[in-house]
Parts: sequence; C-alpha cells; structure tokens
Amino acid sequence: MIGKLKATVLRNRGFTGALVLFAVLFITYQSIHPRGFSTAVLVQNSNEVVALAFVAIAQTIPVLIGGLDLSVGAVMTLTNTIASHVVTGTPMQMLLGAVLTLGAGTMFGLMNGLIVVYGRIQPIIATLATGAIAIGLALILRPSPGGDIDGDLNWAATNAVFDFAETYGFADNGNAAWIQPFVNIPVPLIILLVVALGVWLPFKRTVTCRTIYAIGSAEGAAHLSGLPIARAKIAAFTLAGFFAACGGLYLAIQTSSGNADLTQAGTYTLNSIASVVLGGTSLMGGTGGPIGSMIGAFILRIISFFFRILSIDPLLQPLIEGLVLLVAVSLGALRTFRVKNKLGLFR
Amino acid sequence: MNSSDAIVQLRGVSRYFGGVTALDNVNFSCKAGSIHGILGENGAGKSTLIKILSGVLGASEGQILNNGKQVSYRSTAEATADGIVCIFQELSLVPDLTVAENIFIDQPPRRMGMIDNRKQRQMAVELLARIKCEDVDPDAHIRELSLSRRQMIEIAKALAKNPRVLILDEATSALTSNDVETVYDLMNELRADGVACIFISHRMKEVDALCDRLSVFRNGQHIQSFDKGGLNETEIVQLMIGREITAQYPPKRSTPIGETTLSVSSLRWENSLKGVDLQVNAGEIVGLGGLDGQGHKELLLGLFGALRGMTGEITFQGGTYKPSSPAQSKRQGLALVPEDRKTEGLMLEMSIGDNILLPNYKSVSQAGVINGRLANEAIAKAIELLQIKVGSADDPVETLSGGNQQKVVIAKWLMLNPDIILLNDPTRGIDVGTKQEIYRLMRDLVEAGKSVLLYSTDYAELIGCCDRVCVMYDGRIVSELEGDTLTEEAIVAASLNIHKDDPA
Amino acid sequence: MTFLSFSKPADRPLLIALLTTLVILMVGTAYTLTTQGTAPLLTPSYLLQQLQIGSFLGICAAGMMMVVLLGHIDLSVPWTMTAAAMMATSVGGPWAIPAGLSVGLAVGLLNGFGVSFLRIPSMIFTLGVDSVLRGLMVAHTGGFAPQTKASPLMRYLAADTFLGIPVAIFVWAFVSIVIAAILTKTGFGKSIYAVGVKEGAAYLSGIRTRRVIIGSFVASALCASTAGVLLAGYSAKAYQDMGTPYLLPAIAAVVLGGTHILGGRGRYLGTLIGATLIVFLNSVLSIMQMPESYRQIIYGVVIITMLLVYGRGKQN
Repeated sequence: MIGKLKATVLRNRGFTGALVLFAVLFITYQSIHPRGFSTAVLVQNSNEVVALAFVAIAQTIPVLIGGLDLSVGAVMTLTNTIASHVVTGTPMQMLLGAVLTLGAGTMFGLMNGLIVVYGRIQPIIATLATGAIAIGLALILRPSPGGDIDGDLNWAATNAVFDFAETYGFADNGNAAWIQPFVNIPVPLIILLVVALGVWLPFKRTVTCRTIYAIGSAEGAAHLSGLPIARAKIAAFTLAGFFAACGGLYLAIQTSSGNADLTQAGTYTLNSIASVVLGGTSLMGGTGGPIGSMIGAFILRIISFFFRILSIDPLLQPLIEGLVLLVAVSLGALRTFRVKNKLGLFR
Repeated sequence: MNSSDAIVQLRGVSRYFGGVTALDNVNFSCKAGSIHGILGENGAGKSTLIKILSGVLGASEGQILNNGKQVSYRSTAEATADGIVCIFQELSLVPDLTVAENIFIDQPPRRMGMIDNRKQRQMAVELLARIKCEDVDPDAHIRELSLSRRQMIEIAKALAKNPRVLILDEATSALTSNDVETVYDLMNELRADGVACIFISHRMKEVDALCDRLSVFRNGQHIQSFDKGGLNETEIVQLMIGREITAQYPPKRSTPIGETTLSVSSLRWENSLKGVDLQVNAGEIVGLGGLDGQGHKELLLGLFGALRGMTGEITFQGGTYKPSSPAQSKRQGLALVPEDRKTEGLMLEMSIGDNILLPNYKSVSQAGVINGRLANEAIAKAIELLQIKVGSADDPVETLSGGNQQKVVIAKWLMLNPDIILLNDPTRGIDVGTKQEIYRLMRDLVEAGKSVLLYSTDYAELIGCCDRVCVMYDGRIVSELEGDTLTEEAIVAASLNIHKDDPA
Repeated sequence: MTFLSFSKPADRPLLIALLTTLVILMVGTAYTLTTQGTAPLLTPSYLLQQLQIGSFLGICAAGMMMVVLLGHIDLSVPWTMTAAAMMATSVGGPWAIPAGLSVGLAVGLLNGFGVSFLRIPSMIFTLGVDSVLRGLMVAHTGGFAPQTKASPLMRYLAADTFLGIPVAIFVWAFVSIVIAAILTKTGFGKSIYAVGVKEGAAYLSGIRTRRVIIGSFVASALCASTAGVLLAGYSAKAYQDMGTPYLLPAIAAVVLGGTHILGGRGRYLGTLIGATLIVFLNSVLSIMQMPESYRQIIYGVVIITMLLVYGRGKQN
C-alpha cells in the first residue's frame, strides 16, 4: 500500500511538488495572517483565484498535445463582455445567458481547433491571431466597462455557502442543521471544483482524452495505434474555449460587469502558462493535467496574498513571481543532465 | 499447400519505392494454427512484407487474400479489425500512458460510454498474467519500464486484439531469456488455438526450435519455403546469401598498414556497448559487421562525442582521447557520416552549398565574415571531387537523388581533411554507380594514409571493401575476420553468433 | 542583387506580403481621396514619419527573427525594452546608451543560458525573465513613471532628422544591414538556420549549438534594448510598460514575412516587409479612425488569412 502510494507520488512528481508547495504556502499564509483563519479571508482569496484557475485549466489541454493557446485570456475577456450583456433578468433568463456565454467560448475554441487542424497553422501563431479577433469582438461589445449583472447572483456566487442559501432562501435560509458543516465553504471554490471535476473527470475516461495525452507523448505511436488524432486536437482547443468561457463568466458575475481590458487578457494568458508549468504539466505535452494547473494558479495567487499581509513592498511582487517561476522550471530541467545520448536532447 | 487451408495469402505482390523494388512478385501463404518463420538478410524485403500484410503499406501490384477473401487495407486499424495484428519493431507504445491504458489504447472496455478503468485494469492484470509479467504494475507508466518489459507489453497489446494472424517482427530481440521462453509458450498456445503466427527473427536457433515452416527471402524475392527440418543451418545460410555480387570493388590495400590511428579498449555505454575492443590503423578500411542493433550506431556516435557517460580507454593519433562533443571531435580530426542522412546528416531544405559548408565555415571566413569567393571555390572543389551531379549549388539538397545526397554528406566532411572517417551504412538505398564511387573514394582516402571505419548492413560490401571486418553481437566485437577468413558465410555465422565449431 | 530577388517558391510569402502592403496603401489612399480629396498617405513626409514610428517595431522584429529562426521565441522583449530605456535614462549622459544596451546583453545571455543549457522551453523561460525584469524595474522606479530624461544623443537618434530623413530610420537601416549580413554572410548566421532546421543534425555536424542559441538570444535582446532606448528618446523619457505593445506585432511581422514559426526558414527581407506591412496597416487604420476593436479584428483576420494563403502555396 505504501509502495503503491510512493509509486503514484513519483509518477506525478510535478503535481506532488506543486501540491506540497501550495500546502506549505497556504499553511504559512493562514498561520501568519493577522486575522487568523477566517471565512471572510478565505472567501475573498477564493474569489481572486477562480478566473485564473479556469483559464489555467483551459491552457492545460492544448499544452497536453504539445501546443499552446495564446487566445485563452482573450476568450475569457470576450465571454466576460458577453456575460455582462446576457446574464440578466429572471433566474431562467440568467441561466440561459450563462449557457449562451459558455457556448460562445466553446465555439471560439472549436474555431481555433479547426484552424489548427485543417488550416495547418501552428497553434501558437493561429491563437495569437484569433486572440486579437476575440479582443476586438469584446471591445465592440463593451467599449467601456459596464453591465449590470444581478446583485443577488453576485452576492450569492462570491460568498460562503451560508450567504448563498440565505440569498435564495433554501435550507431554512442557511440555518438548517444538515447544511451547517458546509456553511463556511466559499461558493467560488465549489463552482470551480464542480465545473472542473465535473467536465474533466468524465472526459478523462474517453478515448479522445487518451489520444490527447498520446499525441503529446509520442505522436508516431498514437498514429500507429490507430487513435483519432484530428478529433483529439480539435477537442483540446474546444475544451480550452469552454474553460476560458467559465473564467469569463465567473469574472463577470464576480465584478458584476464586463470589461474588455486588453492588458488584463494578456496577463491572464501569460499567467495561465505559468500556472500550467508550476502545476507540473510539461510544455512538450503528454504529462500533467488541469488539476495540477489549478494548483499552479493557486500558488501564483497565494504568493501575491503574502505581499498584502507581510506588508512587503507590493512592488516586489512581480519580481518574486518571476523568480518562483524560473526556479520551478529550472528544477524541472535538471533531468536534462541525466540524458546519456545527447541526441536525445534534441528530439 | 493449397489455398483452402491458408489463412493469409499473397499472390504476385510487388512493392516499389520510387525506382527501388522492395518486393518482387511475391507468392506467399501461411496456414492457420502454425508458426511460420521468415528469414532473410537486412533489406531482403521482410519488413515490407509484413507492412503490407498489416496495412501500413499498400501493395503496388498483386492480390492479398485473407481467409480466401481479397482485401486491401488502408490502415493498421482496418487490418486489426480483420484479425491481422502486427507487433512492430519500433514500439507503438505511448510512454506517458499507463500499461493498462496502452494495452487497450484504442478499444478500452466501456461502461455507459465511459472508459471502465477498473475493468480495464482487471483485464490488463489477466493479460499480464498470461504473459507471465505479474511483476508489472498495470498502473505503471511505460516510461518506467525496461525495454524488455515494454516489448512484452507490446505483445500483450497485440493479444488484447484477439488476432487470428499475429505477426512478430523481431519481437523477441530485446527480451530476456525468461521472457523469450514465455513468448515461445504463448506462441505454442496460440497455435493450438488456431492462430497463425508469422515470426521474424535473426536468432537462427529460435526460428529452428519454434517454427513449423520457414520461408527465405532475398532481394525482395521469396526464394523458398520448406517445413521445419527440411534444410540444415548451412543450407539455410546459403539460401539467404546466394546472390551474385553486383558491385565492383576497387583492389584492396597495396600500401602497408601505417601507425595505429584509433585504439579502443573495453568501451562501455549503458546497455548498448559492453566492452568493445577495436583498433584502426592508418591506411586501412575496417568494417563493422553484424545485424542491426548490436551497438554499431552507439559505437560510432560515442567515438564522435555524442554520448555521455561512456567509459573505457581510447587513444587517437597517439594521445589519450576523450570524446566530449562532435565539435571537439571534428577539431581533433574525426568525421562521422551518420546513419540517417535525411535527419542526421543533411538539412534537406537548405542548399547544397550551405550543407557542404556547414562544418567548414571557419576555413572560408575572414574575420568571421564568409568570403564568397573562397566559399564558392570550396563548394566547387567538393562537388568536383565527389562528382556530385547538381544543377546549381544553390538548389536545396532535397532535389538531389539519394546517392548524390549521400555524397554531399561525405563532401562536407572531406573538406575538413579528417584523419579518420566513421561511416554508418553510407550506401543504404543508393544506386550501384554511386556506391562504386564511394568505395573508390574510401580506398583513395586510405591510400593517402587516412583511416576508415565503416559499418554496413551489406555483407558483400564489407567483404569487397574492407581490409578487416569486426563483427558485433550484443555490444561486443565477437569476431575479427581478415584475408581468407573474410567470407560471407563467416560474417553471417558470426552475426548470428553461431559458434565456429557449429557446422556453419 | 540576390537580396531583392523573389525567384524561389519559398519567397512567395514575401511577394504576397509586399503586394498586401501596397494594397493597404492603395485602400488608405482611396479612402482619403473619397473622404477628404487628398492623398496624404503617399506624401514622402507622411511615409517617413510612419517609418520613423515603425522603426521601433522593425528593430524588435529583426531581433525576434533571430530567435524564431531557431524555432524559439523571446517573450522577454517588452520588459527588456522597458528596462533598457529606464536604465538608459537613469544613467543619463554619455553612458546612457551603453547602459541600455548592456541590459540587453545581460538579458540575452540569461535567456540563452536557460534555453541552451537547462533546455527549458524558451516560451516559459523568457516569460519568467520578463516577469523578473518587470519586478526589478517596478522596484527600481517605485511603480511610477521615472522622472529621468533621455540623453541628448538618444533624443537625436530617435526624434531628429538628418538630410530630411528621421535618424531613427537610419538606425533601423543599420540594424537591418547588420542582421541581414549576419544571416547571410557569417558562419554563425548559417548555423542559426541549421539549428532551426534540425538541431540534432547541426550538432552532429560539429556546430556548437549552445553558442548559436545564446548568440541569437543576445541578438534579440540587444535589438529589443536598442528599440527601448530609441523609444525613450522619442518620448523623451521612459515609462512603465512601454514595451508591451511591441511584442505581438514583432512576432506577427516575423511570421508574415514568411519566417516559419518552428524555425529554419525565412529571409530578413521578409521580416522587413512584414514590419512595414504592420506599420502601414496601423497608419491606414489610424487615418480611417478605425476604433481599436475593429483594428484588433482586422489584425487577426489578416494574419490568419495570409498564413492560410502561404500554406496553400506550399501544397501546390
């Protein structure tokens, strides 16, 4: 049993490393926090991490096939502006609006996939271009920040379970006995986990997903084994679009508005790549997974929380973030010194 | 054998690659419930045969029948669906997926449309038990397994498809002796179940012990099929060789051997080199013989500085030599013509001139800037020396024929005037005329006091060209042949590691 | 004049990009003729002014190309530019420009080390370096626009004219000649292509591939720092995030110029045309007073369409 666990841990070295790093950072953070461990702080922190976590998950899937999606931040921004228009009205209309938002992001991802597979343009450059298109559309939809997303929805989705129940008046306004163990869990965290696991775990059990990993690991072997390569590539970009849209939708609900912010889109894309790498996914493809990237996003965010409570000059924040990233990837690179046949370095 | 009990049958099948005939009007059939061995030298057409059977390649001419029905497969998936499964030499496993996932990679057990991981794992455990690999964790990634274990997983993957025809292409070459026994038992079991096994192996003893029927291929032709025991080992070797030598070789050494250029002792690297001892002298062409994958490639790469962690003693031109990188080896006076000219030797889309100059920019530059006149002169000289047939030196190398491409690779190294040139199968896939030019060139080089170390898969070439041939087997040099002992029979026997006291 | 020939099939993208540039100018002129009755786009002074502004992008693209030819990418361009500009203005005086360029040298060496020795994908390593540089600069300036001014020489190089032509264009021309000469006239340049085509084969040809990679990243960072110094001279000061708008257009210029994003293929002339295309596309869109939203969409559509057209040529 111990041996089994050890093997699993070793097999997922990158992921385990990320998890340990996150745990250490989180416990340290909570223990030195001036207000101690409190629901309010947890809720606030969760809110700040959800959008990035979704975008990091989105980035992971194209990275698994050895590609890269430079449009994830832009698609998040685009869907953010869409949501700021359509997620209004009655609960039913809002639900429809949310579905529409997610559908738009998914279609955008599908377009990326089709361009990459049938247009035979390298993913990095194709998504660079479609990212510009997404930003353009976002700017048309929201030339200036605005929109009015239902206040109740905003309140319910960005607070603890208790507030959610109270807002929508179920479980005896959050006072029912059965709900007590959960009342302090932040709703954003639940949304993140439910969507991420709810989509990824079933998908993981399809041949398409298996093919995604196989393409990144050894495309030749995948081909010899008769796997559906084109379908898997298209699916990878489509899913990236979907998860980016989840990020955009959440951001809209969280901020009650839409904002076509070009700089923010770029930052999210770059941070998504950093999260993917921190979470133990190889940029060469084939190993890792979105759950790791989610942890990677947590790590990136928690570093910034430290600046807030340690009253370190927040100006040092980008420096520390960059150093953490460089050190993490350099550690991962140490294996290159063990390669015996130097031709193996070149692949 | 009449066609009714044949499970697969080829009728007049030929396959051409450009102008090269890989298979020439082959008639072949294989019975259900039998083990059919296929023998032949490197390049005899064995691989093409099984690629056609398993749907990787199509036939240029002729018919393929499966159970009496004419078929033509466009992919391995189609052949698999029809019961023909092949275990390829180059592994088809995905290193970052688990053993269980790889075994059932494209047809996993499902429940409600989802892959049923538990069932998949359980089925994998059963299959692993069947091939006596209970020690393999079905959740282990292929990357973690030894080459031998991977090969066994490859066999499990094939079994999972319930084949009616199972093709094993050198599938036992990487296995440990225990695993080889397991595979033999398994094949006997499959035979009892009515499966046809087509078995390709270089291990003569294996083939003899296992197969019911044997077919010998040579030069793309099916020479003869016979039942087990029909011919003895010597006769089989004769059949495999029996071709006239088509190329003309220049006369052998006229000058006496010079000083020792390169001397290697107990060279070891990973699992590929297990203590190589070798000496190459000035004025001498030394051949490396043996079957593919016995460590030649690693030996040449290691000498040229491309391997890390090699141990052993090397002296070169009288001094201790520690290869550390190709750039340093180049400066010391070594050159390597690598195995695959398309991926290792040339930049296909770059021009002929650029390719020739690639290792030589220093000699045509002044103060770091290429002198156009010097460069053009050097290119023109190289093209003339090797008589490369080019329209313009600015054309991309990919526009040249294979033979002329290989000449470009050799030309770029000769410009450096190396003391020893290492060649990894330089004449593979090139025409007879160019071959002869390359032989002539090697002879000229050694006459001028240089040394040549040549690995070739063509035994006739080794005999015709080399002053001395060292045969490698399993990471060692097992035999050195020279003068009268340098015969095709002796090389074949040594490369199959049949001992000299055997009747070979 | 092989530099200006388009005879090979591989040069088709260059020809298409050149024609597209002309079409863009014609469309812009048609627009101004119908709306204002004038053709300012075709006046030399306007063209020169656009090229002056475009020189910063052109210089970045020249450096980026060196790295893209290897099959790598340099995402540290934005803050290399900014850091060089900030260092140059804070040092000031005669040492301003050397200070800016030494930032580039240091960044290039670091990037090259990470990519060649540690073999970390350039995408992520240069991203990390960019972030570190940003951190250093934000800490250095306190996050505010630095008060220091560009030196007179920087002002002259970026904003002045010589013989009626902006000096910045001469700088761009100088960088172009140097890069084109490196790529066509030196063993180092030829080795860049070789590493980009097939690093393993280049290595087996006895090329010191690590040096080649480091050299290319140094070239890229030097170009970025030159552009940063010039941009600071043009604006008379350095400012936060001044390099960010140059990253993606630089990559686009390289790719539209026919350089393959996976390395090994491309001519400098192409990058020059690609940069010019983007500069004129920008100015025409400005004249049309196209809102940012449509500009972004047009950029994206132009890149995708042109690459699809290039790709079709290859199949035939």
